[in-house]
Amino acid sequence: MAPASCALCQNAKAILKRPKTGQQICKECFFFVFETEVHHTITDAKLFKPGDKVAIGASGGKDSTVLAYVMKTLNERYNYGLDLYLLSIDEGITGYRDDSLETVKRNQQQYSLPLKILTYEELYGWTMDAIVSEIGKKNNCTFCGVFRRQALDRGASSLNVDHIVTGHNADDIAETVLMNVMRGDIARLGRCTLICTQGEDSIKRSKPFMYAYEKEIVMYAYFKKLDYFSTECIYSPDAYRGHARTFLKDLEVARPSAIIDIIHSGEAFGVREDVKATQKPQQTCKRCGYMSSNELCKACTLLEGLERGMANSVTPDGDVLPRMSHKVLRRRSQFSSNSFVWASSSWDWSNLVVSTYSRPHLSVFEM
Amino acid sequence: MSTIHHHHLKVEFSGGLELLFGNQRVHTLSLPAVIPDSERPSPSPSPPNLKSTSHSTSESRSTDVTYLIHYLRTHLLTDRPELFVDGDSIRPGILVLINDTDWELEGEGAYELKNGDEIVFISTLHGG
Repeated sequence: MAPASCALCQNAKAILKRPKTGQQICKECFFFVFETEVHHTITDAKLFKPGDKVAIGASGGKDSTVLAYVMKTLNERYNYGLDLYLLSIDEGITGYRDDSLETVKRNQQQYSLPLKILTYEELYGWTMDAIVSEIGKKNNCTFCGVFRRQALDRGASSLNVDHIVTGHNADDIAETVLMNVMRGDIARLGRCTLICTQGEDSIKRSKPFMYAYEKEIVMYAYFKKLDYFSTECIYSPDAYRGHARTFLKDLEVARPSAIIDIIHSGEAFGVREDVKATQKPQQTCKRCGYMSSNELCKACTLLEGLERGMANSVTPDGDVLPRMSHKVLRRRSQFSSNSFVWASSSWDWSNLVVSTYSRPHLSVFEM
Repeated sequence: MSTIHHHHLKVEFSGGLELLFGNQRVHTLSLPAVIPDSERPSPSPSPPNLKSTSHSTSESRSTDVTYLIHYLRTHLLTDRPELFVDGDSIRPGILVLINDTDWELEGEGAYELKNGDEIVFISTLHGG
């Protein structure tokens, strides 16, 4: 096959077929269109204003590494006037997160951005290693997902930033749309294609890569020779997301625009008013003050189950005892920007979910 | 011509794929320029997207990327083939570059290998 020349500059040899458009483009044009599209995503949605402090959720993986690089590049090129930080969460997974955090530390040097690392251990009193040794490898991804989201918010709060950006890409969003459809999770279906969300703690969260294909992110990292970490988590992967992912990747082979088309469908869904009326209003967690759709937020519910599991191992009759250590609660409260309420005496235990570990809808696919 | 020509190739795995290949990123290998009869991938459920027309005939077929994938899966893969291949082709979600160019621009599996070619396989399937 004769090498094609770039569809944009008509000059250099094409090196990439864009999945979104089918265009064949050269390396320099690819860098330019990739960065410019992210810039347009940012400006069209008016994500930032000059002087904003923005934390980049950094895992050391491909998406967040490319995000950190592109955010820094665009901030300088277009004078966004942003104060950028790297924010990493250490889940406490030996042989996985400790290695990926080394990558983030190198990124900190390479991009000269300040880095903050928060650990599950300091926030929740549990590392993922300890959680898995307690509950096994069945639903550990649920814990990790719930804890990570809250940990990022608390980290952002302690850095006093206005905004968190995460590396969720178009493939991730399309996967989430499919999963929410398949689970009938209408509330999340409505939210998951929003580019920017804001909790009542006033910290915004957004996804500048939500229209960027995974293929292009990986190609960008490859051609820019960016340093990222790519080992699978040592604990079992989220099986449900795995199925959605395989399905989506098969669709992409048949028709590459499927990914952006699913996102478009997700954005176009309207939730009927009578359905909306049945959705629970947001409130704050009675225990830690984090935003929640129940009296207890998901992290506190899960922690409660964990602590009870420990209690149960001592008392086999399963007596429900409030075992969450106050030391941990105090630590968590330091990271909350909300007023902290610990209503131990008025807490209604009947409200607790009993079989925390076997309820699949507790899984967090939220973005 | 009875001499068997060989292509010397450099194959690189990244994005986590190296873990399926003995945790070694770069492999150099030498493949016959024409696929040996004994080594031909079974032509039976040939997917319709294979562009090679000589596939089902008994004529000799030049070594192409489809054969390379078959070879890697048979000779170098140490772990979990389902994470590398899907039938006769590469698993969706793995990017392939031929001499630093997206294989989709080079005819994908039907690309005929040349001496000195560098083939890179990158998984996109690992956490971001």
